Amino acid sequence: MALQAIAFYVLAIVTVAAGFAVVSARNPVHSVLFLILTFFSAAGLFVLLGAEFLAMLLVVVYVGAVAVLFLFVVMMLDVDFAALRQGFARYLPLGGLVAAILSIEMIAVASAVATQGAARGNAEPRAAGADVTNTEVIGRVLYTDYVYFFQAAGLVLLVAMIGAIVLTLRHKPNTRRQVVADQVLRNPKTGMRIVQIKPGEGIGE
Amino acid sequence: METAANSFWSTPGGWTLITVGQILLVVVGILLSLAFLLLADRKIWAGVQMRKGPNVVGPFGLLQSFADFFKFVLKEIVIPAGADKTVFILAPLISFVLAFAAWAVIPFAPGWVVSDINVGILYLLAISSLGVYGIIMGGWASNSKYPFLGSLRSAAQMVSYEVSLGFVIITVILLAGSMNLTTIVNNQAGWIWNWHFLGGGLAQLPLIVIMLPMSVVFFISFLAETNRPPFDLPEAESELVAGYQVEYSSTPYLLFMIGEYANIVLMCAMITILFFGGWNPGFPTTFLESWPPVVANLFYLLVFVTKVVFWFVMVAIVKAIVPRYRYDQLMRLGWKVFLPFSLVAVAVIAAWRVFGPASGAA
Repeated sequence: MALQAIAFYVLAIVTVAAGFAVVSARNPVHSVLFLILTFFSAAGLFVLLGAEFLAMLLVVVYVGAVAVLFLFVVMMLDVDFAALRQGFARYLPLGGLVAAILSIEMIAVASAVATQGAARGNAEPRAAGADVTNTEVIGRVLYTDYVYFFQAAGLVLLVAMIGAIVLTLRHKPNTRRQVVADQVLRNPKTGMRIVQIKPGEGIGE
Repeated sequence: METAANSFWSTPGGWTLITVGQILLVVVGILLSLAFLLLADRKIWAGVQMRKGPNVVGPFGLLQSFADFFKFVLKEIVIPAGADKTVFILAPLISFVLAFAAWAVIPFAPGWVVSDINVGILYLLAISSLGVYGIIMGGWASNSKYPFLGSLRSAAQMVSYEVSLGFVIITVILLAGSMNLTTIVNNQAGWIWNWHFLGGGLAQLPLIVIMLPMSVVFFISFLAETNRPPFDLPEAESELVAGYQVEYSSTPYLLFMIGEYANIVLMCAMITILFFGGWNPGFPTTFLESWPPVVANLFYLLVFVTKVVFWFVMVAIVKAIVPRYRYDQLMRLGWKVFLPFSLVAVAVIAAWRVFGPASGAA
């Protein structure tokens, strides 16, 4: 238990500190890097909870793919730091209000569950038995009980993807496009011409 | 006496000591073998081009890597004036640490693995997806144009090929029915036709139509994932000088280089484990049961290392004989060829598992 406690406090402190640094860092690229650190330590907390599948998924999806795109966008933008900080005082009340509402909600939920248990008598989430890996458990739940929701979520993502492609796809009439099949099927006969040139005459074209 | 020793090793302190010892053993072993694999890489490259390669330091140039090491370490570390110092130093460290962290789940022989976790493959995938940050951070922190372009190219390339790599891995997971690397290797025990590149068992031999191409796709994708030629666009010297490494010198550069090679060898180990039987020699090993366990494990280790070295030689030869891809061709290959192909393969293998002759339902 002692090792677990040490690991928990280290990961929790890093998570909270990095989360704070995300909003307080002056350089947006540093913010994204701290965000990555936050994700990574949160994945560590998942492992401590015995949810190793979720932990790995968090790293693969959020750190490996989503945060890379964040970093791309932030690195490519030419951000004016002075302009970013100008509106701080103006947005402070609104931001503070949102933060306050969020923390009140979270405290309310946490204290309610802690003192009176989950609503409608749902069981608390707990780790699966030793003989079943939690990948299997998630798979069973996802592909049996919630298979329609899972399919619907996939459909929504597909529609979103097609929408994004339709919005950005433009076929300009005058652009020259590469036809890979034509290039691959080229051979010496179709691709080149052997010309015997007599000295001093050129090829006469 | 023995019970006292047992009780110490089962306490948290003893467990930590044992694990740290194992980690040190693995890291030192890999670093030492990397020194000679680096030399092998250069020798093979030279051999294909009918040169001799490094042959001055030690017999046959065997100590070349150590001479290089001291040269790297003793040089001055130059940090560009406009660089983001912290990130600049952090980037090679991340590359290096992640390249070695992934080795934690690689099973070298039965039971010889630092951490035998249930989601071993996902862990490898997660760590290798993190590897891109070393490169992006290095390119950005250098505050220079060539490194930045190189790191952008690299990030796009690694993210693209991770997708097809993931799908290929899923076909193996479906065959083995587990994400634990030891279970995957054990699934390929016995004769050579149990190896996954042949479909994983005589009854599943028709799957060779899928699995053999999948192992080829995996090999090509891992070349792209580790920025090896013919996909070394992030460091294409004729276009970008050396990509994200342009501003690096001395030890930080060394860390990048060791990290890169550790990743290559890791991928060689992965293709061995996933498709080519891991430590299984390709014939039943019942005769090993009469041997002492440690000796038997050393035999398995030898088999594993031989296969890894074989794949490393393949990688080195590819570097020597294949010209570099153009960037749009690279993207086309990843997204338009490998991705649909591996997606279909996942569907076919999944259907085989559910409806095929090996399934209980049919």
